[in-house]
Amino acid sequence: MSTHPGGHAPDAVDLFAAAQGEERHAAVRLGSKAGHEKRTEILNRDYADPDDLRRLAGAIKQHALDHLDVYLPRAEAQLRAHGARVHFATDAAEARERVLAIMRARGALRVVKAKSMVTEEIELGPFLAHHGIESIETDLGEFIVQIDDDHPSHIVKPIIHKNRREIANSLERYGLGPYDDTPEVITRRARAYLRNKYLTADAGITGANFVSAESGRLVLVTNEGNSRFCLAATGCHVALVGIEKIVPRDRDLGVLLNVLARSATGQQLSVYTEFMRGPRAPAQPDGHEEMHVIFLDNGRTGVLGSEYREILRCIRCGACLNVCPVYRQASGHAYRSVYSGPVGAVLSPLLAGGDFATLADLPKASSLCGACNEVCPVDIPIPDLLLRLRDRAQQTKDVAGEASAAASAGTSMTAWAEVATRPWAWKGALATGGLVNHLPQALRPKPLRVWGQSHVQPPWRGGAFRKWFAQRSRS
Amino acid sequence: MIDGSDDATRARFFARVSEAVGMRPVKQPEPAYRDAIAFAREAATNGAAEAGALAAAADPAAADKRFARFRERLESAHGRLFTDPDALVAWLAAQGARHGYCDPALAPLLAAALARPGAPSLTFETHLERARIDDYRFGITRAAGAIAETGTIILDDAHTARRLAALAPWIHVAVFAPAQIHAHVIDAIAALGDDPNVIWCTGPSKTADVEGILIEGVHGPGEQIALVVPAVS
Repeated sequence: MSTHPGGHAPDAVDLFAAAQGEERHAAVRLGSKAGHEKRTEILNRDYADPDDLRRLAGAIKQHALDHLDVYLPRAEAQLRAHGARVHFATDAAEARERVLAIMRARGALRVVKAKSMVTEEIELGPFLAHHGIESIETDLGEFIVQIDDDHPSHIVKPIIHKNRREIANSLERYGLGPYDDTPEVITRRARAYLRNKYLTADAGITGANFVSAESGRLVLVTNEGNSRFCLAATGCHVALVGIEKIVPRDRDLGVLLNVLARSATGQQLSVYTEFMRGPRAPAQPDGHEEMHVIFLDNGRTGVLGSEYREILRCIRCGACLNVCPVYRQASGHAYRSVYSGPVGAVLSPLLAGGDFATLADLPKASSLCGACNEVCPVDIPIPDLLLRLRDRAQQTKDVAGEASAAASAGTSMTAWAEVATRPWAWKGALATGGLVNHLPQALRPKPLRVWGQSHVQPPWRGGAFRKWFAQRSRS
Repeated sequence: MIDGSDDATRARFFARVSEAVGMRPVKQPEPAYRDAIAFAREAATNGAAEAGALAAAADPAAADKRFARFRERLESAHGRLFTDPDALVAWLAAQGARHGYCDPALAPLLAAALARPGAPSLTFETHLERARIDDYRFGITRAAGAIAETGTIILDDAHTARRLAALAPWIHVAVFAPAQIHAHVIDAIAALGDDPNVIWCTGPSKTADVEGILIEGVHGPGEQIALVVPAVS
């Protein structure tokens, strides 16, 4: 996996935040908070013990990973038996070439895409464009990201960082009508534009949320119905699937589907849950007569064979992003990789393989408060994994060099991480933070100064929790 | 059509997976965790007693409970339920949806409702023209069934005459019988059968991508309707 090229590279998280402005801060903060509250409400409404559900879901995914050498071939055999072509891609380049070969064999020039983190990971859209194949993102958020030449800032809500005015500007710039920031108008315009794209496309590309080894069924969940349109309107379906998506049996999906939608969007089920194996039935006039499944490694076997295996349980719900104080403050782009938030802080450096050093600061971007573990639908011990990764970063000589170079250039999460990973520094920062209220703008630390150019700084109120806790412990 | 990966590529790929999984003391062919079926049924309804009441297939009272639960959950997902074709056509007319598509197998049902005195004047086609897809204000198709626990409508290639007819029109009407309502998600998974493509639809298509504000009818239907009638061919 490559990190995002250019753009964000020399910017500290603080500088980055300053450039975004308060509107973006507010958008991310409010969006993630609302997501967390909806999740908590529905899990507690529907389950006497939501933790019991999370533990079972985690056990299912862990078992599948521990026996992936058994389950992956089972899924493959089932898919083949039902008429799908199955491909295996060791890295991003192989996966892209495979997609291109499928497109060329069909003479496909236009592709519609459903939301898929794996296709982001292998940078499929730009690759296809480079080879003369138009590839249109059909998820509303991903479509806005695409026409803005931006990157998703959240696993589930790709444009959590944008408000309606920015989105309206984007649509106007793209030629979809005069400025109108009514969410309904924005949605209708995208509906009309993308409908034509589906009906004229030669192939549909999707990811998959789960694959059952027992039946070979790929399971895909969406709310908008865009992936269904990709499968109903085009003659060829290509699914790109990370090998960690395998679950043992169909019945396990009952647990995982129940926990995914609640954790991601606070719904019982997402609006559309599609089970796919093989081309359309012979009597069905609409949809794909050809189905390809490309299983992707791209660094996953490296993670599977390491002490970080548990991170591969992740079902990409985004709950850990929504609850994380660092994510809420920094937003997704600060993680400089496809996977952001606590899960990204673990997964992104690991999937970077030889480029581990370039993202080695991410595991430090956490106060280890443990909230990510508490909300994780598959009970991943994210704080433990972050600690192990910090050790690894310390032990890697070139990482140290990279990190200090980054620090001196004022880059990345380092400054934040330095404070957050050292209790004395954290306490010191809290104790002295109040001084900032009285410092003239020019004397403030540089990141704060830049931030201050576009912000009215709220008065410092930090440290109250520690004071309260100390008094509570004494009494 | 190009084929899947060749044997050598496949072998290299699986060698990496096997190496990564590593040695296990005992190869465990079957999962050791709790049975997902019992768990999902009991946990999802906050209690085994209610789960049993909904799931008892042969019990007429359980069937009524499944229907009532389905209606409640469908409506909470912003779907609508009709049991009377006459009421459905009146509602369609009130929406201004005066032309649409109807599965040929359901045409007699719709035609009968439209032939009754006082029925609104709606027209429909039993053949869907892809080039005129936006002319169809409603699409009426059969469904494979439904799920009470979640208010979900189940479509598959065998029952749904046209995938596009259930997706492109603003209003989709799914027609099925009360006996086709499963109690729980887990029961519907057990009934996936042999169909290559099964899709569960829980309410209208929607998004909250713009500032978290809920908008219905993004790419699929803005209205998801269930018409539950005893006799469906």
